[in-house]
Amino acid sequence: MSSAAPRPGLLGRWTQDHLREFVATVGRLYREPVSTLLTAAVVGITLALPAGLHLLVKNLSAISFSWEGSLQTSLFLKDSVSAARGRALAQELRRRRGVQKSEYISREQSLAEFRELSGFGEALQLLEDNPLPAVIVITPDTRDGAEATDRLMTELTRLPEVELAKVDHKWLERLYAILGMVERSVLILSAVLALAVIVTVGNTIRLDIENRRDEIVVMKLIGAPDAFIRRPFLHTGICYGLAGGAIAWIFVHGALLALSGPARRLAGLYESGFSLSGLSFSATLAMLGAGFLLGAIGSFWTVSRHLGKIEPA
Amino acid sequence: MSQIVHFHSVSHRYPGGGEVLADIGFRLAKGEMAFLTGRSGAGKSTLLKLIALLARPTRGQIVVNGQNLATLKRRHIPLYRQQIGIIFQNFNLLYDRTVFDNVALPLVIRGYAHEDIGRRVRAALDSVGLLHKEKAMPMTLSGGEQQRVGIARAIVTKPILLLADEPTGNLDPEMALETMEIFRRFNEVGVSVLVATHAIDLIQQLPYRVIHLDGGRISKDQPVAFAELDHE
Ligand SMILES: Nc1ncnc2c1ncn2[C@@H]1O[C@H](COP(=O)(O)OP(=O)(O)OP(=O)(O)O)[C@@H](O)[C@H]1O
Ligand SMILES: [Mg+2]
Repeated sequence: MSSAAPRPGLLGRWTQDHLREFVATVGRLYREPVSTLLTAAVVGITLALPAGLHLLVKNLSAISFSWEGSLQTSLFLKDSVSAARGRALAQELRRRRGVQKSEYISREQSLAEFRELSGFGEALQLLEDNPLPAVIVITPDTRDGAEATDRLMTELTRLPEVELAKVDHKWLERLYAILGMVERSVLILSAVLALAVIVTVGNTIRLDIENRRDEIVVMKLIGAPDAFIRRPFLHTGICYGLAGGAIAWIFVHGALLALSGPARRLAGLYESGFSLSGLSFSATLAMLGAGFLLGAIGSFWTVSRHLGKIEPA
Repeated sequence: MSQIVHFHSVSHRYPGGGEVLADIGFRLAKGEMAFLTGRSGAGKSTLLKLIALLARPTRGQIVVNGQNLATLKRRHIPLYRQQIGIIFQNFNLLYDRTVFDNVALPLVIRGYAHEDIGRRVRAALDSVGLLHKEKAMPMTLSGGEQQRVGIARAIVTKPILLLADEPTGNLDPEMALETMEIFRRFNEVGVSVLVATHAIDLIQQLPYRVIHLDGGRISKDQPVAFAELDHE
């Protein structure tokens, strides 16, 4: 009884069925714009929150890190180190990775500078010995990140020629620690909000299933497999997720635009080259991808739970 | 095996009800067409439901096309139902879709290509005389027209077994005869057909076997036509 007309192969059929369903789903959602937009907006807000916070943390660490470049570390050399050796050491250090500048200041130069700056010239002349040590001033190159810079600084303080190092960025380390904690919190929050998206989409799909109960019964009566019945709901969930991702992108982008002015002013105050980093292409993809995935999970989970309970009788 | 449907002493009772079918045994041969008769409430719809796996017998075995329904796994039920064309007493149409889409649905489920679907749907609608209504919504159709949409949907896939529950209930005599003619044509190309019906005077003119249900059992009596009833 089967006919001779060709039926599409597996892949062709998969593409055909999903395309057909996707078009139908978009059409159906388009005909109910208010409820569609409401659900998509809830998903969008839920996605925008972690995305925005993530961006905030990213920018804050960029700001704080850009300050690190202005932090110089002074390595006070031991008195036993000769001027020649000191100069050579400064040369050596300059070649190290992570060091942007390294300047040797001899004891005499230190003294001259001090005299000039302090106005204690007369008093110092009373001293027989020059009490000031030679110093190598290091300006770190912060391109490799805060951790690498920190590691380098600790290494430098352990050099045998170095008596003492004045590394003045304890507060920066604290800021990093706080930012690390905030970053972790954003991660946890993201997980919770992802769950919220799944539940939101799931609940909308559940109502949809209730409304289309008779239709599902008829489908089952004429031999529709579960995968077929599931498909429109799956597509609906994915549409909600994608639309939510797009809305989230708009929210975050809008917030960035609103913040860009103040950020430029802030950067100006600190004379840092910092500029607000926006949503990159990959971040945009990630937001849409998260929407897609969470929408798919939410609808699949709901349909799987409810489909078995609807049976024709 | 030469039967398409085989009932081995099948009984059925609905939860909380009495026995609707008791110890039913019958065979429908492959390529046979038969009528199922009996008074209202005799269990005709129930018997068809058992074949379509819309209900499970309380006792006994049903074998359809070599498949024992008792051992059919749940996930294989859709594929099993796809072999059967079912015409329901209450139509079971989708009221938010056009006539065309309703009839196309079984083909969409089976993954037919777009052009193929159009051709087959029009052929099926043509055979029930509804080609001009393909864009109509079912709600805007008369009862008889809706019934014919249901018939078109059942035959569009060319099933091996056609089950029809009261398919002429809403049709005028001419349309009813035409519908039986559609079934006959299908039967002629090898489709097995089982029709539950009250149209006794109609089936008395046709050369097919009658399975008569009475008191939950298959009876040797023949159904009584309208004209034969005594009335004072
Ligand atoms: N879902 C159900 N739950 C409980 N009892 C049912 C159910 N469906 C049918 N029955 C009962 O089973 C009996 C047989 O019903 P069935 O629908 O099979 O009769 P029928 O022969 O098709 O009647 P009709 O000619 O009126 O369509 C009836 O007494 C009915 O009350
Ligand atoms: Mg009935």
